[in-house]
Amino acid sequence: MATQQTRSLARFMMAPSVVLLFVWMIVPLLFTLWFSFQQYNPLNPIRNGFVGFSNYALFYSNPAFLSSILNTLIIVVSVLVITVVGGILLALLLDQPIWGQGIVRILVISPFFVMPPVAALVWKNMIMHPQYGVFADIARFFGAQPIDWFGQHPLTAIILIVAWQWLPFATLILLTSLQSLDGEQKEAAEMDGAGFLSRFIYLTLPHMSRAITVVILIQTIFLLSIYAEILVTTNGGPGYASTNLPFLVYQKALLEFKIGQASAGGVIAVILANIVAFFAMRAVGKNLDK
Amino acid sequence: MARAVTTQHKTIATAAAWIVALLIFFPILYTIITSFKSEQEAIQGFALIPSGTMESYAEVQAQSGYFKFFLNSVILSVGSTLLAILISVPAAWSMAFSPTKRTKDILMWMLSTKMMPAVAVLFPIYLIFRDSGLLDSRIGLTVMLMLINLPIVVWMLYTYFREIPGEILEAARMDGASLWNEIIYVLTPMAVPGIASTMLLNIILAWNEAFWTIRLTTTNAAPLTAFISSFSSPQGLFWAKLSAASTLAIAPILIMGWFSQKQLVRGLTFGAVK
Repeated sequence: MATQQTRSLARFMMAPSVVLLFVWMIVPLLFTLWFSFQQYNPLNPIRNGFVGFSNYALFYSNPAFLSSILNTLIIVVSVLVITVVGGILLALLLDQPIWGQGIVRILVISPFFVMPPVAALVWKNMIMHPQYGVFADIARFFGAQPIDWFGQHPLTAIILIVAWQWLPFATLILLTSLQSLDGEQKEAAEMDGAGFLSRFIYLTLPHMSRAITVVILIQTIFLLSIYAEILVTTNGGPGYASTNLPFLVYQKALLEFKIGQASAGGVIAVILANIVAFFAMRAVGKNLDK
Repeated sequence: MARAVTTQHKTIATAAAWIVALLIFFPILYTIITSFKSEQEAIQGFALIPSGTMESYAEVQAQSGYFKFFLNSVILSVGSTLLAILISVPAAWSMAFSPTKRTKDILMWMLSTKMMPAVAVLFPIYLIFRDSGLLDSRIGLTVMLMLINLPIVVWMLYTYFREIPGEILEAARMDGASLWNEIIYVLTPMAVPGIASTMLLNIILAWNEAFWTIRLTTTNAAPLTAFISSFSSPQGLFWAKLSAASTLAIAPILIMGWFSQKQLVRGLTFGAVK
């Protein structure tokens, strides 16, 4: 039985984290909202002042804006498709009895622990470099012309790098879920003569659905705000070909010092994230009840 | 009856799994290999056997003082984790042991703060940091990283604490244990594994955080993420040196990560997948 005393104790124990997070969430956000209605340039303070919605209009009319939203979505969706489909296939493979399973798992999970700047630099220089990269070596071996990944296919290159970082995460979680599948159910299905494909569709996939949902949600949170990978590889270019929304906001704020426009972009990013978060929260909340 | 596994099946599965695993691991492996090459070797085309020279490592340390960045990474990741644990343990504790109707809402709300894109608050945070002299300071960044990971820490601790059976506490209370004794002798031993796992995962996350650590530091407080990003400028590109620096930056956390696979699944799925 919780008494009045333990209840107020509980509140007291929770206070620090709740207050800290509340301040951390609300104060900077209010600032951003305020700046989004201001003309503010630290290099040119004379023209500072309230400008209504014109920052939003400016940000919207910027040709980079729509392409940056499109790029953001392309990155999120492509990486999700690659990692979820690849993750399911890999999990199925690793669930088989194999020799050296422990080591295989360690090798597969490793990219997840590589910090984003290292992952991006290694891929940029060691793997995809048009002259010295491994891909170029392979292309030359087959007598083909090496591809200039970051010049010609910047977005594809970034998607590849990010997918490499997140495939291990998806695989690990899906594998964990797969291993909790009841062996007897599998056997029963097998005895009933269910083939591999029907076992997968009617038994395995439904069992993994919760894990798949979680993978999609968590990855979406992180994929919406890809930053370091773009910074060290293409720097958003060529042109705006690989600029996503976070990167555009960063450029406006810290490179062009157009704080008002950057803040307007920030507010848009928050709205976008909230739409995603709304669905994410509901799904995670549902899983908690089980 | 156990499922009969033919040797043939196992051989094929093993071969396939190893090939895929090695392909995925290859960029890391090749980086480690290249770090033991000389600059000249490194750009001579594909080769898996390095000459074994250590000159790149020596140069990385001599030129850029790798050790200072490494130390910053350790201080920031461990410091922010300890701070987060200190603040989260009481909160997670009370949510797990005396939950109210609003507990779930509070947890959800905490998680939702993770969804806010960092870039949206970049400039305000930058201003606050600048005006309070926290730019490029270890203290400022430690607090920052703590705040970023606080929701995950509370969540993880909550899912661990919830599994501690409440009856044990009641039994201890019946035996006349004081609140203090209850905490020290009954709860703490059961909570330690959960706290340790949470710390492990959180250190990894803080170590690899690559937005605030790059944007809010210049030299003093710069950790390995900033150090590596500085290699992206074209004039500083030397393959072997880059590889050595990269290997040094990821090695500690890679090894820690290998031991934390289980906690990773649990922590990052908020207990939904175990």
